[in-house]
Amino acid sequence: MSKKINLTIDGIQVSVDEGTTILDAASKLNIHIPTLCYHEDLCVAGNCRVCVVEQENSRTLPAACAMPVAEGMLIHTNSGKVRVARKHIVELLLSEHNADCTKCYKNGICELQSLASQMLTGDHMFLDLVPDKRYTIDRFNSAIIKDDSRCIRCQRCVRTCEELQSVSALGVAYRGNKMKISTFFEHPLFEVVCTNCGQCVNRCPTGALIERNYVDQVWDAIYDTSKHVVVQTAPAVRIALGETLGFAPGKIVTGKMVTALKRLGFDAVLDTDFAADLTIIEEGHELLERLKSALVDKDPRVALPMATSCSPGWVKFLEHTFPELLPNLSTCKSPQQMFGALVKTYYAKKKKLDPKNVVSVSIMPCTAKKFEADRPEMRSSGYKDVDYVLTTRELAIMITQAGLEFEKLPDSHFDSIMGASTGAAVIFGTTGGVMEAAIRTVYELVTGRDVPFEDLNITPVRGTEGEVREATLLITKTKPEFRFLEGVELKCVVANGLAYAKQVMQNVKDGTASYHFIEIMACPGGCLGGGGQPIPTNKEIRAKRKEAIYKEDMGMPLRKSHDNPDVQEIYKDFLVKPLGHKSHELLHTHYTPRKRY
Amino acid sequence: MSESKLKRVDLIFGEYSSVKFKVLADTLKRSNEDILEDLTESGLKGRGGAGFPTAIKWKYAAETPSKEKYVICNADEGEPGTFKDREILTRVPRKVFSGMAICGKVIGAQKGFIYLRGEYQFLMPELKRELEQYNEYMSKMGFDFPIEIVLGSGAYICGEESALFESMEGYRGEPRNKPPFPTTYGYMGKPTVINNVETFVNVVMIMRLGPIQFKLLGTSDSRGSKVFSVSGDTPIPGIYELELGMPLEKFVEEFGDGDTKAVQVGGAAGFCVPRKKFTETVIGFEGVPTGGSMMLFNSSRSMYNVLHNYLEFFEEESCGQCTPCRVGCQQLRKGIVAVKKGDKQSLYLDQLMKLAESMKISAKCGLGQSVANSFSSIVYNFREEMIY
Repeated sequence: MSKKINLTIDGIQVSVDEGTTILDAASKLNIHIPTLCYHEDLCVAGNCRVCVVEQENSRTLPAACAMPVAEGMLIHTNSGKVRVARKHIVELLLSEHNADCTKCYKNGICELQSLASQMLTGDHMFLDLVPDKRYTIDRFNSAIIKDDSRCIRCQRCVRTCEELQSVSALGVAYRGNKMKISTFFEHPLFEVVCTNCGQCVNRCPTGALIERNYVDQVWDAIYDTSKHVVVQTAPAVRIALGETLGFAPGKIVTGKMVTALKRLGFDAVLDTDFAADLTIIEEGHELLERLKSALVDKDPRVALPMATSCSPGWVKFLEHTFPELLPNLSTCKSPQQMFGALVKTYYAKKKKLDPKNVVSVSIMPCTAKKFEADRPEMRSSGYKDVDYVLTTRELAIMITQAGLEFEKLPDSHFDSIMGASTGAAVIFGTTGGVMEAAIRTVYELVTGRDVPFEDLNITPVRGTEGEVREATLLITKTKPEFRFLEGVELKCVVANGLAYAKQVMQNVKDGTASYHFIEIMACPGGCLGGGGQPIPTNKEIRAKRKEAIYKEDMGMPLRKSHDNPDVQEIYKDFLVKPLGHKSHELLHTHYTPRKRY
Repeated sequence: MSESKLKRVDLIFGEYSSVKFKVLADTLKRSNEDILEDLTESGLKGRGGAGFPTAIKWKYAAETPSKEKYVICNADEGEPGTFKDREILTRVPRKVFSGMAICGKVIGAQKGFIYLRGEYQFLMPELKRELEQYNEYMSKMGFDFPIEIVLGSGAYICGEESALFESMEGYRGEPRNKPPFPTTYGYMGKPTVINNVETFVNVVMIMRLGPIQFKLLGTSDSRGSKVFSVSGDTPIPGIYELELGMPLEKFVEEFGDGDTKAVQVGGAAGFCVPRKKFTETVIGFEGVPTGGSMMLFNSSRSMYNVLHNYLEFFEEESCGQCTPCRVGCQQLRKGIVAVKKGDKQSLYLDQLMKLAESMKISAKCGLGQSVANSFSSIVYNFREEMIY
């Protein structure tokens, strides 16, 4: 047990563990100290100074987020000195900030704005510094827009990019009045190592980092009667969408979401989960093929371990950071892109539509998906496979714009074809999910039996945040055609967050780790913590989303990708067989080595 | 006027002892407790400006258990109007090394660094030659305490101790949150004593003369002497070692040109003392402290221009991470311009004074906290010059 420290906050005595900050000690007393640069997921910066408090016998006001408690401390969180200093600080931030709030994407959900209204900073006390600042807006990126005029230099984004993601695309440049958040040599985001993961967007308190939104374009497509607009929804959207529309975190809103999409006017509401199941079939076979080439044919060219390729932030990270390991990446497209390619081929054919009149929209928990859809190689249907990618947040905006009372919407089902899904697809939304789904299928392919885990729950690969999860699975009593795997221990590793991905891949590169199969998700917790998910985000919220995902999986009548009837049908009707000619044409891709600088 | 009234002291720049590194050799033979006792007795306070008792700082570092500890000499002399560390390093570098080595022994550090201001690169060749002699001597003595020189890159903020560590570690020079303080978490996260150049020399002189003789100089709150950098409207600019605790009036009588209207004590981060307060002002920790900078202004100077110049300096030299300092400095400078131009009423100066007060208590480090010193003292004492 750690040592207890006694202190007094606003006249109330409290006893907390040594090392606790004043901020946390106050929150134990239900005293809320305002913060801006502070974020639970990140290291303490103590640079905005909004959380200053008064400490008796101290000349200065310490920042509550950075100051550890000390025995006998006397703290005042709302004294006259504190109020004046805090108001000054918020006013200073506003004076440097493009406070054109009604024109801002974050209007109404901006942390600075709410602090300003709380402090009644109505009469602008100080000079407006913005006109002399020559702020720039980087709009050249397909996923993220960076508007320096909205930036308050709290460095949450810098810490996110460096600590959580080890990407360091964003950093601090210049000093004093010229200090700003910038990129390598101030290049636009699309020219630097940015992976478009959007974790910075999730944590930016203002409108300085936002997703590029395609809400108007999607409305236009819906209104255009000559277009058939198809929408697909990713697994992690349904367990988070509710947060922006009146529900507590962890609420599964699949049925309401489908109803809402239909009411918005989409011509078909389909499920990315279908493509997730398809991905498992293709990727599972790819893994088996690679293992066979390595173990039976002893082909030295075959790249093992094989890594998943569903997370576009991760793919771009690998392209920049370990281009020499690109052969290890599965050639499978992500579910979104498989879906897109099939919508304008298989689906259009089945529905007797001219693919040029089909508009394919996807709802994703992700900002990197926007970049992925724009990749030149993602046009295998002959058209742009996915026309518009909306984040969970953008869908919430559309639902609100349409005046739908989301909480009261009835449930409805996805349309067919390409609307059926399984529990295996649902868990794509969390770290370890793709691994688990793949093993459920591969194990059965190889042995003809279910995986040896209760209720198909392969808990050893269910990773958590802040760790690299390794697991092994012994394969025995194989079917004759998979005899080469008899007695093989399948070595798997699961990581989420690019900082951990980097560790894993460095080990692979150095040869210090031997794996067969690697699952990486770029974002903390996997897609459920994606850069397109509702704001705010923190460990607690992400844990609730994760619970919801496994609950949804358990509730599905089908739990294994190969049981998906729509998947079975598409192989019968169209694709013929996994890794077949059609698959290679539509469902697989290649990667581009990129430079770090 | 020409007759000298203030006592000149010759501790810092006094001649080396006849035998090379004699004080160092003698001190290294003493026990740590003994050395600390002498330092405590001497009442020595840090010469960088903040005036933290040196003995206490060393004691904290000595008491923190760690296999790795460091001694750093802060030679990032960047305060406008200060140029005494340059002189010390030029004339008596051996005393600096000796002071650092004594500190290394007391706290149990293995290595020392001199963080040298980027603009002082020209001192490097000579300093390196001196260091070679020092290292040679130390190996002969069988005492291992190597000293390395690290060159800064020109940022004022890197004179702030924790920003200095960041800079040395290869990061952007930004102050850290305190606590933890350097004596527990300093360079590379290890217990570190960081002292001003002059402080280390003072230590050597205390070891040489004993605390009693050291205490004969100065006052009860400000023991010893201090090297002053005298500049501005003075017929005799330069470096002078004087007793601490002197009345400013006497200083002006001696160094002024007969028309002194104000003295800026402690550089841009210090206080401006107007003529009417010369008699009541004492230079020392009990009065107006200084890291050494003494700038005299006569009646031909516009205090508005002086302040504007300081604020321009801070606006640019703030690291920019914390709000009060980054934006506050801009608002203060633009604010006085607006008042001068008539874009803002003169009452706006009162709002700026309040802002400066907020900066003083809420900024993350000493830089932002001390902008208010010059701002408030100049605006308060020369308000009419700000307006008309």
